[in-house]
Amino acid sequence: MDKHFARTEMLPPLAPPVTERGVVKWLRENLFSGPFNTILTLVALVVIYKLVSAALPWWLNSVWTAESLSQCREIVAATAGEGASGACWAMIRERWHQFIFGFYPPDLWWRPVLAFGLLIAALGPVLYSGQKRSLTILLGIVAAYLVVTLSLTGAPTGAFVAAAVVVVALFAAVQVAPGRMLLFTAIYPALCFWLLWGGSIWTPVVAMLGFVVMGVVYMALVGRFGPTASAIAGVVAAVLWWLFLDIPITQALADMIGGGLRSVESDEFGGFLLAITIGVTAISFSLPIGILLALGRQSDMLIVKTLCVGFIEFIRGVPLITLLFTASLLLQYFLPPGTNFDIILRVIILVTLFAAAYLAEVIRGGLAALPRGQYEAADALGLDYWRAQRLIILPQALKISIPAIVSTFIGLFKDTTLVAFVGLMDPLKGVTQIVRADINWKGIYWEPYIFVGAIFFVICFGMSRYSMYLERKLKTDHR
Amino acid sequence: MKKSVFLGVVAATTMVAGAASAQATLEAVKARGELICGSNTGLTGFGAPDASGNWTGFDVDLCRALAAAIFGDATKVRFVPTTGETRFTALQSGEVDVLIRNSTWTYSRDTELALDFVAVNYYDGQGFMVKSDLGVSSAKELDGATVCIQTGTTTELNLADFFKQNNISYQPVTVADDSEAQRQYLAGACDAYTTDASGLAASRATMPDAANHIILPEIISKEPLGPVVRHGDNNWGDIVRWTYYALLIAEEKGITKANVEEVATSTADEEVKRLLGLSGDMGVKIGLDNAAFKNAIAAVGNYGEVFAANIGEGTAINLARGLNALWTQGGLQYAPPLR
Repeated sequence: MDKHFARTEMLPPLAPPVTERGVVKWLRENLFSGPFNTILTLVALVVIYKLVSAALPWWLNSVWTAESLSQCREIVAATAGEGASGACWAMIRERWHQFIFGFYPPDLWWRPVLAFGLLIAALGPVLYSGQKRSLTILLGIVAAYLVVTLSLTGAPTGAFVAAAVVVVALFAAVQVAPGRMLLFTAIYPALCFWLLWGGSIWTPVVAMLGFVVMGVVYMALVGRFGPTASAIAGVVAAVLWWLFLDIPITQALADMIGGGLRSVESDEFGGFLLAITIGVTAISFSLPIGILLALGRQSDMLIVKTLCVGFIEFIRGVPLITLLFTASLLLQYFLPPGTNFDIILRVIILVTLFAAAYLAEVIRGGLAALPRGQYEAADALGLDYWRAQRLIILPQALKISIPAIVSTFIGLFKDTTLVAFVGLMDPLKGVTQIVRADINWKGIYWEPYIFVGAIFFVICFGMSRYSMYLERKLKTDHR
Repeated sequence: MKKSVFLGVVAATTMVAGAASAQATLEAVKARGELICGSNTGLTGFGAPDASGNWTGFDVDLCRALAAAIFGDATKVRFVPTTGETRFTALQSGEVDVLIRNSTWTYSRDTELALDFVAVNYYDGQGFMVKSDLGVSSAKELDGATVCIQTGTTTELNLADFFKQNNISYQPVTVADDSEAQRQYLAGACDAYTTDASGLAASRATMPDAANHIILPEIISKEPLGPVVRHGDNNWGDIVRWTYYALLIAEEKGITKANVEEVATSTADEEVKRLLGLSGDMGVKIGLDNAAFKNAIAAVGNYGEVFAANIGEGTAINLARGLNALWTQGGLQYAPPLR
């Protein structure tokens, strides 16, 4: 007679009490978890309400089509009533090109646009080394970008064909041998210089040959004299090439064969074209210099060490503004009269040196964080100094330093706006001042700042997101 | 010891560079094929590039006149924007040939900086703007007022002097630049805004409620603005000075951009003949063409036309001629005789 009761099915679970679920729970836990947090929440709500109620009408009443600020004001008054405030984006609509290109001739806008597209392609192999899928997607984006922007800027057919050839060649390289794409990255600086400034095609070609000379000399001597001596000989040979052979050969080739683009003067550069030119050049050159300086500072060789420490400490001890004034004013006194050493070039060199000094310290932090065992292990394997650095030390040290390196880059990119103080037209102050000097837009205040700030944010946010991706990708430990 | 040697080298280099570039500014300009004119980074009415990058303004027109006098072509000029900090060094180091950038002629700039102010193309002075409902009609009634003032300018010192002399007090609100000042003033952060009267007029013209703001009658400083050249090349200074005077004489004689050709064929006035290069070989005497001044006038018009086109009554800035009227009309603009 044993009758067992066995439950065959479970009762459906009851919903949690109303205070423990859904929105109420979230609010209770996150916003009203105690008297102090409740007060903070209420205060924050009041502040947000004040901010939004002050700014929202201004955004909602935005005017996009007008001839001048006073016309903007009339339109706002007509649509939203007297005394209402409204943003006057019509200024951006009329002057956006100066914020982007400065005074770069409008019929040549396709050149910076093309250079920017190819910049992304050239960065590909560095940013996503050897990843076929990412690189293919990146090239697809570049191709789409180029088709749209080149047709918008009315590029000549030749530019379309050249861009298509480059992109297709890179595409093929990615599928067959992704490593080969680095070749394009190596020649990109010369290509970019030629696209932006124009002039004879032989100027960048012959200048790049200097690096070939350096490589040939190094290769020829390295077997007999060892890497350091042959590297010095290579550098000397290249410098001799640039000093004495470069100009006559360029001249001769230009006379014989010709070929080139219309040249654009440096003072026609402005806006984000200028900021990105200075920023990207300084970023790409400061990293290798910074690595060398960091290694030099750790070196056992007294002279190398002293020079590196002296350089780093001097540059870090001087504000960037001082260096910019040096670039713009002092150098002119020391150069022979009549030499016109391009102002943008001068600024780029000093910004690069400035960033390199900071990077050197960041990378030194990475080097110092490596356990001593890593250095000893590299020695135990019988690797020479450069191999040990390249294969064992730097990959780990750089990985540790990624967040700080990218921070330095972001800071550097934002610091490019300081060139306004030496009379260059940076987007934030230089172009804004020009726009405000126009009687039609005099008195406009927030709009240019918001526009420029938004573009800066997009670029800097992109950099910081990339650094987080890189950290995840390179994470090999299991912390 | 070492330091003094270094400084000596610096000084010597500077002087050599200075002397070499000073010797022949005109030759250098002609060889280059264009004039390099140091201009403002953007000042309403006086010099700024427009939406398509063409420079326009009162100072800019003088640069163009100079280019026309040298080359017979007013487009052969390049404008290099200079900031308040870089302008004089840019001129000294030879980066620009002439600085026409609303710079005040002062003793120390003329002597210590080794510059020459060759003329005064605009007589300016510092003034005050207040809201009309403040009920003030003279700057001397501004006792205890908050005043918006740009830092690091001569206007800051003038302001302190003025209030001290009149035994009244004020509260300075320092701002970085004109747009900041305008915003602070309109937001009520200060009772009065002080800067050069021309700048006040331009600011007032673009305010949403211009009628509610008045510019007080007191002008508390002298601000003679004019073209600047380096010490040591007097011929070049003469060229800049007399190109400017040519525009003044043209106004005095009623020669305009439109009628200059006609006057040249019909005139009987001996000074006009010399001005337009018909007699006296005036241009050749300073190393230019005899038609130099005629070209300058044909390019931009006479002084009055330049004034009217850029900043005068009828433009948005709407400045009266005032001190800048010709001496025959009660102003200070006076050109020496061209003979």
